[in-house]
Amino acid sequence: MSARIEASGIVLSYGPRRVLDGVDLAVGAGELVALVGPNGAGKSTLLHVLAGDATPEQGTVLLDGVPLGGYRPLELARLRSVLTQHNEVSFAFTAAEVIEMGRSPWRGHDDEEQDDARIDSGVAAAEVGHLLERRMPELSGGERARVAYARVRAQAADIMLLDEPTASLDVRHQEAVLAGLADHARAGGTAIVVLHDLDLAAAYADRIVVIDGGVVRADGPPAAALDPDLLSAVYRHPISVEHRDGELVVRPDRTRIRKDAHA
Amino acid sequence: MTGAVATAAPARPRRAAGASGRRRLVIALLIVAAVVFSLVSAGLGQLSVPVPEILGSIANQLNAGLAAIGLEAVRLPVVAEPAHPNAEATLWMIRFPRIAMALVVGAALAVGGALMQGVFRNPLAEPAIVGVSSGAAFAASLAIVTGATFLGPLTSPGFAFVGGLAATLLVYWASRAGGRTEVVTLVLTGIAVNAVAGAGIAFATFLSTTQQREQIVFWQLGSLNGTRWQDVAIVLPVTVIGVAGALLLARRLDLLALGERQASHLGVPLERTRIIAVVLVAVLTASAVALCGIIAFVGLVIPHLVRMVLGPAHRTLIVVSALGGAVLLLVADTVARTAVPYADLPIGMLTALVGGPFFFWLLRRARLRAGGWA
Repeated sequence: MSARIEASGIVLSYGPRRVLDGVDLAVGAGELVALVGPNGAGKSTLLHVLAGDATPEQGTVLLDGVPLGGYRPLELARLRSVLTQHNEVSFAFTAAEVIEMGRSPWRGHDDEEQDDARIDSGVAAAEVGHLLERRMPELSGGERARVAYARVRAQAADIMLLDEPTASLDVRHQEAVLAGLADHARAGGTAIVVLHDLDLAAAYADRIVVIDGGVVRADGPPAAALDPDLLSAVYRHPISVEHRDGELVVRPDRTRIRKDAHA
Repeated sequence: MTGAVATAAPARPRRAAGASGRRRLVIALLIVAAVVFSLVSAGLGQLSVPVPEILGSIANQLNAGLAAIGLEAVRLPVVAEPAHPNAEATLWMIRFPRIAMALVVGAALAVGGALMQGVFRNPLAEPAIVGVSSGAAFAASLAIVTGATFLGPLTSPGFAFVGGLAATLLVYWASRAGGRTEVVTLVLTGIAVNAVAGAGIAFATFLSTTQQREQIVFWQLGSLNGTRWQDVAIVLPVTVIGVAGALLLARRLDLLALGERQASHLGVPLERTRIIAVVLVAVLTASAVALCGIIAFVGLVIPHLVRMVLGPAHRTLIVVSALGGAVLLLVADTVARTAVPYADLPIGMLTALVGGPFFFWLLRRARLRAGGWA
């Protein structure tokens, strides 16, 4: 399998603090990869590097075998989409206008004919059909996040990079987003998603990458990567992983906390 | 693409129903207003000229022009000849150039404001508030005091452009954090830039002769008094270039509203877009300031009203702001020169009188919405 996106030997520091310390990650077509790890582990920074927002001190990022710097902004926008953690729109655009902006890289390209279809499927994936006429400042945080997600879906890039897309969503939409990304991968696309919800990652991701202290601690299928001992050590909190009806259930082990507290 | 719980795509309205109809209506109304107010304004003053005579005078000039290019066959009807012996000269030497200047400068200021708000991602950015106008006025006053003439009639506009550009870059560099500009930072940076430019203007005033001093004071107050066709010939092409450039950036400015990183993820070349926008703001503001002085708040009030009526999409915003700014400044200038008989009020004073409270109201609204001075 040739990788669509491949990072090797990534080193990046913020001041004296080394945030990424030699990270390797290769993701191919048809894969949904979840990046998990505690706060400050370097997940978002890694996503910034993959998106080209941050330039690493060492290491390279290749997109289809070509370094990121070898692409013009527009070429990059047709190849990969990015959903950032915060999406504040500075003027009162309608949700429909915002989602249409996702199509802007395709102006003058053959795919422009698909604009309506792509927008419709983005709107459906995020379930924002009833919000289209509303202006962004009128929407709730979760609704705004869904509009941003719809815009990124409408962009219809093969490679999707998403930073905590489920952070402000209710359960229904969390499941919908991950299911949508899994569909994208089934259809031959690539998705790398930063997640905090380990259970959600276990249910939908093809591969899970556990990051801590700027290094990759585990990289493999959910059943292999989500090792309770590793997770408990990384999160400094007891975590249990159960196999139930062929599904992984990952949750903080509260019984042990209670026992520790009483001990 | 169907998610596990995705529902069928609802029929998506291509555009808000009637949005483009409303835009066309507003544009048509503004054009009619510009024509009507131009005629009314041309007739008002110490020597009042009735509208039929104004139309007759214009028709005469056009007929002469048509004859000059060998189209004698085409003649416009002349409704009435100007009755007063001085009417012709008053119209063509004084009032028409001044009206043209008001229209052009109004468009330049309004588009400069819209552009600045777009690139700062802040609806309260305005060239005069953040000190671009005073930067330009300071540089122009330097040109007066030093008596520099190496660019001919373009010397003080040229100086104004450099001063305006420097001030814009300074504000842009100093007031941004994390890809956007907070209201407080923007306003405070504006205070600092205005203070320094004000000190510079004061120093230039101190150095100047009595006649130069009058010119400098005129800059600080803002006035279209004494506009000649030569002045219009300088500002018009610069404004056309500025507005055209702004229109070319319109789509990128829309994307910038999503955030700088988000825009770059959609293929916007950030650095280039920023630099072009900042230069265009300086060009539009400086050409207006160089010839008419500091006329504040047009770039704030007009884009705001347009956004309220037609939404924030920049293509429409820029076109309609240009028209709205033109009409607003024409009306303001007509009031400035006719409100008090035999006196020409400074137009900058009038726009500030209306714009100041408007700015205050916007600030309060921004504060209420953000829950603080964010």
